[in-house]
Amino acid sequence: MKGMTIIVKTITKFLSPLIILFGVYIVLHGHLTPGGGFPGGVMIASCFILLTLAYGKEVAYKKLKRSTSSVIESLGVLIFLILALLGIFMGGYFFLNFLPLGHPLKIISAGIIPLCYIGVGLEVAGAIFAVFLALVLFKAGEEKEKPQ
Amino acid sequence: MNLIPLFIAVPLGVAFILALLGKFKEVVSDLLAALSTLSLAILSFVLIGQLKTHGIFVYTVGKWTPPWGINLVLDGLSLLMLIIINTVAFLVIIYSVSYMKKFTAKSRYYALFLLMLAGMNGVVLTGDFFNLFVFSEIAAISSYALVAFGVEAEELEASFKYMVMGSIASILILFSVGLLYGLTGSLNMADVGRMIQGRRNVLLSFSMTLFLAGFGLKAAVIPFHAWLPDAHPSAPAPISAMLSGVLIKALGVYALMRIFFNVFGMGLQLYWTFMILGCVSMIGGGLLALRQEDLKRLLAYSSISQIGYIILGLGCGNYWGIMGALFHLLNHASFKSLLFLNSGAVEYSTGTRKLEKMGGLSKVMPVTGATSTIASLSISGIPPFNGFWSKLFIIIGLIQAGHFVLAVITILASVLTLAYYLRMQRYAFFGKLREGLEKIKEAPLLMSFSMIVLAIICLGVGILFYPVMKIVLEPAVEVLQEGIRYSSLVLGG
Amino acid sequence: MIFFLCFVIFLIGLYCVIVKKNILKIVIGIAIMEYAVNLFLILLGYRWEGVPAIVTETVTQARFVDPLPQALVLTAIVISIATLALMVSLCIRIHQRYKTFDITKIRRLKG
Repeated sequence: MKGMTIIVKTITKFLSPLIILFGVYIVLHGHLTPGGGFPGGVMIASCFILLTLAYGKEVAYKKLKRSTSSVIESLGVLIFLILALLGIFMGGYFFLNFLPLGHPLKIISAGIIPLCYIGVGLEVAGAIFAVFLALVLFKAGEEKEKPQ
Repeated sequence: MNLIPLFIAVPLGVAFILALLGKFKEVVSDLLAALSTLSLAILSFVLIGQLKTHGIFVYTVGKWTPPWGINLVLDGLSLLMLIIINTVAFLVIIYSVSYMKKFTAKSRYYALFLLMLAGMNGVVLTGDFFNLFVFSEIAAISSYALVAFGVEAEELEASFKYMVMGSIASILILFSVGLLYGLTGSLNMADVGRMIQGRRNVLLSFSMTLFLAGFGLKAAVIPFHAWLPDAHPSAPAPISAMLSGVLIKALGVYALMRIFFNVFGMGLQLYWTFMILGCVSMIGGGLLALRQEDLKRLLAYSSISQIGYIILGLGCGNYWGIMGALFHLLNHASFKSLLFLNSGAVEYSTGTRKLEKMGGLSKVMPVTGATSTIASLSISGIPPFNGFWSKLFIIIGLIQAGHFVLAVITILASVLTLAYYLRMQRYAFFGKLREGLEKIKEAPLLMSFSMIVLAIICLGVGILFYPVMKIVLEPAVEVLQEGIRYSSLVLGG
Repeated sequence: MIFFLCFVIFLIGLYCVIVKKNILKIVIGIAIMEYAVNLFLILLGYRWEGVPAIVTETVTQARFVDPLPQALVLTAIVISIATLALMVSLCIRIHQRYKTFDITKIRRLKG
């Protein structure tokens, strides 16, 4: 799959950091504004998908390997699970909100929920990009593993 | 009692750790998977004692009390399902350590398997409707991927059919959960049960119908069974054992029991619906199994028939009927998994699944032949194996409720089961050894270990049925017989 | 009344799954059915003359719409992403093996 024209490549070069920044903003403000882990993760993944589409498969595959996105996905879920299990040690119940709750409407508030959203955002971004790569890189005759 | 969320958290965590560590040596992933399922199986047995002293246990996740928060409920029925699921999962993992050697991506297989286990544990433990939907989806999506694991043409076609029908079922379930939320304003099972007692309007009946269709499809009762004869034979043998032995019960039959007995409350129409569905499944599955030439397809149709027994027993409504149905659920998990593992061993050694190409295998594969004979005798209901007791209890329950015609049909279906299993045994294991099959060796050690343990369970539960009944099954039957008092137990206690 | 229209969209998706012969169109039919159910869930939460359920410094007490079905729909959408991704990858693999997308020709399992 070759890349697109030079106009698309230039605009992508300018826009992709902004898209990632917007995705990270949505993930971090999940407890204040609509959004949270899932939409933010999808936005970060779509930025990487845009890079793959604009620059062609070979160039993008050298920079964003599929194994890296699998590792990020697993790490995201493990962060989420460890936070949930820590609730047992700190308070006695699974998933207990054990960090201080703070004042409402400030960014550092609501206990473990922003941290959970970071884990979920990493996981969704890794998963969707891995699925995209698995679907795109499949060609008859090429060695493929099953998409996750 | 902080051990309850471990049933969901441990398989989920180990699945993703295995996805990370998949590149290392194979032994690491084998050991991790086996150890985690062994610990869960032991934990479920430990909880029997704790449940006896404590009674029904409601675990509030995150200290949010019901009805606002999600709660995990451990009562007799959940404990019975947990024991069945985790024990069969441990034995199947031991089996698949040596069966799956020919596949390359073994760590991904374990990851998907553990995800399916986490989903099933979540379904039987949860006390909340939307949580039930989410865990049911986790288990179902993992099973779609596992059915298509070795990417041959037939497996992909079977998985596609299974996936389309399973997705339609899930959408129907979500529709019904939304309808219940709109009618009552709550998602907690106990809360909804308390609010809809005694009220009957058209929308509630519509919601009940949608649940029956959705979970009935996952349980493979006869109008909704069309995916099962394609999906269960095409999967790798350990996955067929898990799907047929555990998944259709945990996702389908358990959800039907919990929703209809404890939340909606059973009435005369619902009892008759269950009985008719069960009777049709029993006979339809049995008749269709008579003319099968493929070994695993015969076992798949037999699963439909045995699930019909369970639903028929549930439809009786009295003590012996429900006791027989739950006992048959436990028995079917053990002998159907054993039969599928046997067929996997036969396929591993001979390379074929067609009955006409086999013959006299018990001379070269003594362990497989012996365990297969034990399983076939159990499923046909021959004493002293366990199938005899469960079918006897279902027939006693039917006679006590006054449905003599259905009792006679049940006995005839039992004879039908004996017929096709004897046919399978004669073609596959007894008789003269076929010409090309002399050089076959017995199945490897780990596969034989799982099969022998399951055969011992069949024989042991058959002989020691009275302690098993009193310790494990009676609390479960009590839960179902209490019916809608479940809600006051969960919310009040 | 509007819930009945959601059910009509569901039936259109069901018609697509049952009648169409191309397996990709069957996948699109399932997607239409999922849209119908998500729409039904969100419409359950509507309150007459409601505002979005976001608490800011100026708006703390108002007639909010119900935010619980919105959380349910978010989870359901993510589940349907996973299901559709798996289905589409199965379609690609089926095309590799059977060389066709026509479901009347993908019938090796019978009986």
